[in-house]
Amino acid sequence: MAERVVVYDATNAPAGGERRGVGVASLAALLLVWEAVGRLGWVSPLFLPPPTAVAAEAARMVASGELLRHLGVSLVRIAWGFAVGAAAGTALGLVLGASRLAEAIGNPLIAATYPIPKIALLPLMILWLGIGEAPKVAMIALGVFFPVVINTYAGVRDTEPLMVKAATSLGARRHQVLTKVILPSALPTILAGYRLGAGIALLLVVSAEMINASAGIGFLILHAGDLMLTGKLMVGLVLLSLLGLASTWALRALEGYLAPWREDFR
Amino acid sequence: MRVCVDGVAKTFTDRRGRQIEALHEVSLTVEEGEFVTVLGPSGCGKSTLLHILAGLLPPTRGRIVFEGLPEGGPVSAIVFQEHALFPWRTVLGNVAFGLEVRGLPEAARQARVRALLELVGLQGFGDRYPHQLSGGMRQRVAIARALAVEPALLLMDEPFSALDAQSRALMQLELLALWERTRKSVLYVTHQIQEAVLLGDRVVVMTRRPGRVLTVRAVDLPRPRDERTLLAPAFLQLVDECWQLVKKDAQEAFVDG
Repeated sequence: MAERVVVYDATNAPAGGERRGVGVASLAALLLVWEAVGRLGWVSPLFLPPPTAVAAEAARMVASGELLRHLGVSLVRIAWGFAVGAAAGTALGLVLGASRLAEAIGNPLIAATYPIPKIALLPLMILWLGIGEAPKVAMIALGVFFPVVINTYAGVRDTEPLMVKAATSLGARRHQVLTKVILPSALPTILAGYRLGAGIALLLVVSAEMINASAGIGFLILHAGDLMLTGKLMVGLVLLSLLGLASTWALRALEGYLAPWREDFR
Repeated sequence: MRVCVDGVAKTFTDRRGRQIEALHEVSLTVEEGEFVTVLGPSGCGKSTLLHILAGLLPPTRGRIVFEGLPEGGPVSAIVFQEHALFPWRTVLGNVAFGLEVRGLPEAARQARVRALLELVGLQGFGDRYPHQLSGGMRQRVAIARALAVEPALLLMDEPFSALDAQSRALMQLELLALWERTRKSVLYVTHQIQEAVLLGDRVVVMTRRPGRVLTVRAVDLPRPRDERTLLAPAFLQLVDECWQLVKKDAQEAFVDG
C-alpha cells in the first residue's frame, strides 16, 4: 500500500500576479521573435516589417497627421453608426419585450433579416443614400442594431416574474414597472449587446472603407497593401487591435458604472 | 379592519384548453391584528389564493372585502419565497421601493426606511446589495420592504421555505418577535405544519385539487411564543392533529407530485 497519495498539490501554484506576468512575458516573447525574424533576414521586411519598423512608421504617420486623419474619419463613422443602431435597437427591444402584439409582428421580421451579412447591404445602401458617409453609417447602424435589439428583447423577457409581481404588489404602476424593474433587470444583457455591437461596428467600418472610401482605417490598410507599403498596413492592423481593446474596456467600465451590483460576476 | 374572503374560486385554462380548478369556494376571514396561517400540501392552491388577495390575479368567482379600511393606504403587500428582491438596489433601495413609487418625499422615505431596518435588525446593512446577504437576511429585507408601505394586511407566501433548516427556525422566532411589536394582520401560507401552528392564531387547513378549506383550527397557545413553545405538549398535540388532517392529501401529493 502506498504511504502517501497526493491527490492535488497546490503548494507551488502561481499566484494571480505571476499569471499576469506570464501574459506580459508571452507578449514580449512574440514581439522579440517577430523582431528577430526580420533582423536575421529570414523574412523580407516587405512581407513582415519588424515591430521597431512598424513603430517608426507609426511615429512618422502621427507626425504627418495621416494616422489621426484616418482614425478620425473611421471613429466618426463608428460613433454615428453605433449611436443610431444602439438607440434604435434598445428602444425596439424594449417594445418587443413589453408588448405581445409588437412581439408577434417584430420577431419574424427580425428572424428573416438578421441572417443577412450586413456588408451585403452596402450596395443597396449606396443606391438609396448615395456614396457619401450616409450608406456607411447606415450599414454600421444596422449591424449594431441586431445584437442590441435581440439582447434587449431577451433581457426584458428574462426579467424574473416574481420581481414584477413584488413591484406591482408594492404599488408600482405599469410605467414604473418598466423603468424601475424591467429596465435595470435587463441592463446587463443590453450592455452585453452593446459589446457585441461594438465589435461588429469595427468589422463593418473596415469592410465599408475597403469597398468605397477615400479615407479611414480600412482604406489605409487596403491602399497600403496595394502599394506594398507593408509598414503602413501593419500600423493599420495594430490600430484596429487597439480600437477593439479600447471599446471593450470602455463598455466594461460603463457596465461597472451602470450596473455596480454585478461586480461579483466580472 | 377585517378581511373577508368570500366564496373565492379560481379556474385556470391550460394550454390544451382543459379547465383546471385551483380553488373551490374558499371562504375565510382575517381579523384586525390576527395572524392566520394557511396550511396545505403542494397543489392546494394556497399560493393562488395569496396572489388573488394581493390583487395580482383576478378570481373566477367570489369576492374579497376589506372592511373598515383606513383611507388611502395600500390594502396588502406580499413577501415571496425568494428571488423577489431587486438585485440592482441596495437594502435601503429595496425597502424604499414601495414608498418611492407611491411618491413619498425623499426625507420621509429615509426616516421610515431607517426605522424599518432597525425593526428587522438590519441596521448597518443598508448599503449592501442582496447578493452580499445571507438568505435569512434577504428575507428580512423582503419583510421590511412589505411593511414599509404600511399595508392593512401582510401576505407571506412560504417566505422561509428556501432557507436551510436552522435559518428557517431562527427566522420563525424572529417573525414571532417582530409580530409582537407590530401586531399586523398577517395571512401566512405554508406547507409546514410546525410552522403553521407555531405562528398562527388560527390554522386554515386546505385540501388539494381543487383547493378548498377543510377546517379552521384555533391555536390557543399563549403568546408571546418562543422556542419553548415548540416543546409544549399542547403544541405537539396540535401539530399531530393537523398532520392527521393533511396526511391523506400529503400522501396523494407524494405519489402524483
